[in-house]
Amino acid sequence: MLNRTPPLKESPSQTAGPYVHIGLTPSLEGISGPNVKDLGSGPLEAGAGPRITITGRIFDGSAAPVSDAVVELWQADADGNHDRAWGRVAVDGTGSFRFDTVKPGRVVGPDGKPMAPHVTLWIVARGINVGLHTRLYFADEAEANAADFVLNRIMDPRRRQTLVAARTEADGRATYTLDIRLQGDDETVFFDI
Amino acid sequence: MALTTLIPEDGALYQRDRAWHPAAFTPGYKSTTLRAPRHALLSLAPTKSELTGPTFGHGIIQPLDNDLIRNFSQDGSEAIGQRIVVYGQVLDENARPVRGTLVEFWQANAGGRYRHKREGYLAALDPNFGGCGRAITDDDGYYHFRTIKPGAYPWPNGGNDWRPAHIHFSVFGHAFAQRLITQMYFEGDPMIWQDPIALSIADRAAVEQLTARLDRMNTTPMDALAYRFDIVLRGRRSTMFENRPEGN
Repeated sequence: MLNRTPPLKESPSQTAGPYVHIGLTPSLEGISGPNVKDLGSGPLEAGAGPRITITGRIFDGSAAPVSDAVVELWQADADGNHDRAWGRVAVDGTGSFRFDTVKPGRVVGPDGKPMAPHVTLWIVARGINVGLHTRLYFADEAEANAADFVLNRIMDPRRRQTLVAARTEADGRATYTLDIRLQGDDETVFFDI
Repeated sequence: MALTTLIPEDGALYQRDRAWHPAAFTPGYKSTTLRAPRHALLSLAPTKSELTGPTFGHGIIQPLDNDLIRNFSQDGSEAIGQRIVVYGQVLDENARPVRGTLVEFWQANAGGRYRHKREGYLAALDPNFGGCGRAITDDDGYYHFRTIKPGAYPWPNGGNDWRPAHIHFSVFGHAFAQRLITQMYFEGDPMIWQDPIALSIADRAAVEQLTARLDRMNTTPMDALAYRFDIVLRGRRSTMFENRPEGN
């Protein structure tokens, strides 16, 4: 039996607009009660494992920081299971985002083999008509990255690097940094998933 | 047998119809000029990283989260404006209800002013209106909330562009690949067809899908008009044609 044409069409997307914070990070606009924390704020519920920082900045096609975006992160825990490790942050005035989480384990990919560790990012902002999906991989997983099904779908190896976060370490804690470029030279690879 | 029972839920998602969604670059909406990726999106069969997604229990919902008329009240007064109930069903493309999913909404006040530090429109703030709420869909996929009808407002784009009255929606579904942000417009509003953001959607029928219908049957007598706004998230394909030698 073939798939039927689905009876309904997906609701079309619209931009989140410049006032997205009212809905998604209301405490930034003084709308939440004093004891209510914004959904997805704070350290991710990512289970056991050494804590890491994931950070970066978002830039537009003129290399100006995108200072009004909201970024969501969804990832597997250290054992490769997706459970509760979801976070959401508004970027600051410099376009910078930051998540406190654990490094994810490996998840099975479309070819049945484990993918390299990665997190999934989703970005909305004024001027983004449909939320942008991308991934962040880890520079210290070079062997796994080289065999990753998704990274290898990117024909131009230079563009693969737009998804690989650099590692630094301070006081025993690793920070992975990846800038996201919406447009222009070194434009980040975004996915139609 | 009902059609829906023939379609297992574990298939891949239907591909997103990019012609139904707005393009990334829509010149009438100037903010897209420097923020639209110019490379083609890379098509990726969803993996567990995209077929799973965060879920939220009813424990996150506060009692007034679905009552924007009262949830920011500073002095016990209710928000100013025309009282409305907005409700609808969250469905997938297979017309099945999406149960237990989080719906978030935000909007301007009755004068078209947002409670936001970067907002500069001269219309007055309503001290008793925040403009933010949320709900979790019930077992039939329904959400509802009470609010005031937002006003239209001018915005810097063209020399004299105005947004039609609208409410922003954020919906999760059960898979990160279903994640959706959209806007709801009001039936009969002629300003929809002058709006560069609504018209970033090329297909008129797709804009109509974002237009809530006045629903007299659900009007609260002597209190509030009702508008119905259904939201459709991506659905999952049948897996019947995957290479399974044992058949389905």
